[in-house]
Amino acid sequence: MTALLFAAQRLSAMVLALAVAVHLATILYASHAGLTAGAILARTHGNVAFATFYGLFVVAVAVHAPIGLLNILREWTPWRGRTLDFALVLFALMLLLLGFRAVVAVYA
Amino acid sequence: MRASHKQRGFVAAMLHRLSGIALAIFLPLHFLALATALNGANALDSFLALTRNPLVEASEFGLVAALALHMTLGLRVLAIEFLDFRERTAAIVSVCAAAACAAGLVFVLNLG
Amino acid sequence: MSATLDVAIWRGTEDGHFQSFAVPRREHQTVLDVVTEVQRHFDPTLSYRFACRVGMCGSCAMVVNGRPRWTCRTRVSEVAEGDRLKLEPLRNLTIVKDLAVEMTDFFDKWKDARGYFEPGPAPETDFAVVPPETRERQTANAGIECIGCGVCYSACDVVAWDQDYLGPAALNRAWTLVNDVRDRGQTERIDAVATDAGCHACHTHMSCTQFCPKQIAPTYAIAGLKRAVMKRAFGGGG
Repeated sequence: MTALLFAAQRLSAMVLALAVAVHLATILYASHAGLTAGAILARTHGNVAFATFYGLFVVAVAVHAPIGLLNILREWTPWRGRTLDFALVLFALMLLLLGFRAVVAVYA
Repeated sequence: MRASHKQRGFVAAMLHRLSGIALAIFLPLHFLALATALNGANALDSFLALTRNPLVEASEFGLVAALALHMTLGLRVLAIEFLDFRERTAAIVSVCAAAACAAGLVFVLNLG
Repeated sequence: MSATLDVAIWRGTEDGHFQSFAVPRREHQTVLDVVTEVQRHFDPTLSYRFACRVGMCGSCAMVVNGRPRWTCRTRVSEVAEGDRLKLEPLRNLTIVKDLAVEMTDFFDKWKDARGYFEPGPAPETDFAVVPPETRERQTANAGIECIGCGVCYSACDVVAWDQDYLGPAALNRAWTLVNDVRDRGQTERIDAVATDAGCHACHTHMSCTQFCPKQIAPTYAIAGLKRAVMKRAFGGGG
């Protein structure tokens, strides 16, 4: 299980390295060009490539963040075991839910 | 302070960990903010208008820097673990931190 | 630089205290010289370990001004902060008394990590031919000089945070054996280092590599183990 979680975290990290690079470049460009929310939304509405990219981004984050927090909580707090696992699965689901909702909000 | 805490590897690991925690806390809020666009561009704009103050802009610098920092330090970890990268100087960590600050500054100086 | 050193030495067990001694400063003095002088001339009840006193056995390892070191190979002039020395037992191990720690856990984890050679059910009848230039042999050679002194274990933050973590020395030894082409216990060894308390818990703080007196780099050995576990779990490639 540990090896699986490690693999998932490192793999999602590699996906995120690309996604974050693109995202950083995008927001730096958008802020440099002084784009308003309306202007940004005009570009993202109905943009399938955008929705796909950010959808995958959300999945990668929902895998990566909870596994990272698992290590931190187990090392720095007394919390461990089933309840911690359960709480982090909930956190992952929350990230997926809120993330997809945000993607839909900006795409639709 | 324990001696190992002054070593570059520890500093790198702590920056990586703390930036990760910050991002994990920030991300749900970011998703919620973006979702206000469900009520139209104006709803998002009025929400974003709330963020036009120095304190928020300072935290935005922090968040962009945290994102860039977490990514660059994460790339260092991936290089050590999968590419058998043998880091022998503190320069790598400094470069990561500098790049992160640069990203944050570029973001913040383009606002307003 | 005055003529005496102000030496604070840990006495007792976990809930002990520091005791100060004013020890004459001598040329070329090592920290082990200081400890020995305290025990012989100031307080015979001071407990500490040493053996070879020439940097071969690792018995004299302790924490000097916050850093884990071999005291026989540490010149006072190198590490004294002004005239002050602070001596503590190695961290992350139960204190037996004063500067001596219980090394059992350290060596038990060595066994738990399968840090021992497994000849297999039918050992070879002739010498194995292992060319020294092969990649595996060079990788193994990079880590086999470990003498089990415990400095890396003392320096490791993850050991401090997770008492079950096997630690840099045990994992480094496991890696040397993963690279031993004669060994027949690789499956069990990979299993042993892939547990919750195994190689994946390393967060590349690199304190072990920083402080190892033999210049071994357990961090890279542990990275090697991570790759070996992934290879076994997912086959060739990434």
